[in-house]
Amino acid sequence: MAEKVLMKGNEAVAEAAIRAGCRLYFAYPITPQSELIEYMARMMPKAGGVFVQAESEIAAINMVYGASGCGRRAMTSSSSPGIALKQEGISYLAGANLPAVIVNVQRGGPGLGDIQPAQGDYFQATRGGGNGDYYTMALAPSTVQEFADMASLAFDLADKYRNPVVILADGLLGQMMEPVEFLPAKTEAELKELDNQHLDWCCCPNEDEPNHHHHEINSLEIDPVVLEQHVLRLGEKYDKITANEQRWEDYNINADNEILVVAFGTASRICKSAIDELNDAGHNIGLVRPITVWPYPYDAVYKAVGDKVKKVIVFELNLGQMVQDVKIAVNGKVPVDFMGKVGGILFSTDEVKAKIAENLEEAK
Amino acid sequence: MQVIATRPNTLTDLNFTYCPGCLHGVAHRLIAEAIDELGMRNQMMGVAPVGCSVFAYKFFNIDMQEAAHGRAPALATGMKRARPDMNVFTYQGDGDLAAIGTAEIVHAANRGEHITVFFVNNAIYGMTGGQMAPTTLPDMKTTTSPYGRDVDDIGYPIRVCELLNTLVAPYFIERVSLLSPAEIMKAKKAVLKALTYNKEERGFTFIEFVSTCPTNWGLDALESRDWAREHMLPFFKVQNFRDKGIEEAK
Repeated sequence: MAEKVLMKGNEAVAEAAIRAGCRLYFAYPITPQSELIEYMARMMPKAGGVFVQAESEIAAINMVYGASGCGRRAMTSSSSPGIALKQEGISYLAGANLPAVIVNVQRGGPGLGDIQPAQGDYFQATRGGGNGDYYTMALAPSTVQEFADMASLAFDLADKYRNPVVILADGLLGQMMEPVEFLPAKTEAELKELDNQHLDWCCCPNEDEPNHHHHEINSLEIDPVVLEQHVLRLGEKYDKITANEQRWEDYNINADNEILVVAFGTASRICKSAIDELNDAGHNIGLVRPITVWPYPYDAVYKAVGDKVKKVIVFELNLGQMVQDVKIAVNGKVPVDFMGKVGGILFSTDEVKAKIAENLEEAK
Repeated sequence: MQVIATRPNTLTDLNFTYCPGCLHGVAHRLIAEAIDELGMRNQMMGVAPVGCSVFAYKFFNIDMQEAAHGRAPALATGMKRARPDMNVFTYQGDGDLAAIGTAEIVHAANRGEHITVFFVNNAIYGMTGGQMAPTTLPDMKTTTSPYGRDVDDIGYPIRVCELLNTLVAPYFIERVSLLSPAEIMKAKKAVLKALTYNKEERGFTFIEFVSTCPTNWGLDALESRDWAREHMLPFFKVQNFRDKGIEEAK
């Protein structure tokens, strides 16, 4: 077993990305993710990698595009308003079938909002976010350990599907310190293998005369019939991702659950504490925690609604965004209730307990 | 039989889709010839812009990336950093580079990225149908300056070479014109020099081509050259602004 180290989420995900073979990182400073860019500034040169502080979020994501178009693992990170700026580039990455990892350490919004933890970018992360028909995978960690583990997972998924992957964290996970155990760093041989995995389509040297290749990294198809085929192929890819990559955690899911809670990321941690206390007091509350918020684990949520579940309650640090997906999943089987906190304020364990208890009363 | 003129290897077999009289084809050819002559083709990759030359990725027979509007220097930065063993150029028009992509070009130049930027200035947005560009001349009529560019309202045209020449890092900055065979030959020399510096990893190199837009200027090919000579060259002076290669050789 590797040694556990106490680290902030922002630093842990940066270290994990380097270990996962990321040697190109481009970003712009923004709170509450600045420890991430600062860690990369310190450590990327030591790993023989590239760190560039870009002139803007837009430039950073486009640098990622250029590097990814050369077949290399590239990453950027930001927080909510900065991620909004990156959406142009993310749409182009998706349109050009380019892998990339984008970390969003969410803060309160809309607009400049504040710098406290929030989950207000759920729609943006799960509905494409930019122009056109596309999806990015969106991974939502709930611990610093999971945040770090997702760096490697995100790069693997991005490479596998040639699609951008968003790690949807928040200011709490970015700032909080927890013990982390890292995966071993990629070996030189593994790094070489990563560098060579995309040579059939990426920008790369052209040594094979006269069979000179001409690779185009591009999202433009001016002929509607050709664009239609391109978008339909993207659709097939999203179908494949939806079929293969749904991830979630079942927490105390059983046939006797009275209430089902659905929450992701930081909100799910608070819910777990509340559920533990209620269950210790003799209740039976279960929780589904979506780990991929796109593709959304609709079936897992539906299946978790046992025969004795009277109600599903969704807890989010926003005005109720994931609740729409939960309603799709539950499909009218039982009522779906919601409690949210906004402005970068967290709900307390007691507030979650009170909300669940109120529903237990009603259910009687 | 001896071949004395042929299509450069760095151009694909596709016919250019530019308007009659447009000089993009000339600029493409100069770049392609220079890449061939310098033996850079196998290591060269390029970035196409948004604008009339949006399909440049189809015309250059090397690996190409198509950028979002104005972002070509950011893509090129990522490409060069990812593949320092390769060479990169961008090809951009005036709307792309001097309006929506102002931040990207200034900062790529300021970082001294080891890339070559080819900037085609014809004082108008061509692809979208003749709107005012950041380089549109004072009083010049376009579809979005129908009464002529009012400099009191919207400001003067931006001279990009002069702007970039205020930065410390750029290695080579030159403005050339494509208005006659003699000027094209001079432009070719500048292109060769910029790409030689690129190959030698000297630093950021920049070439502005003063060009024309017969279609949107409402002139024929020859008239548009005369118009450019009369109106553009006095404002956008053809000259070398920076050549650190000469300074270093001293």
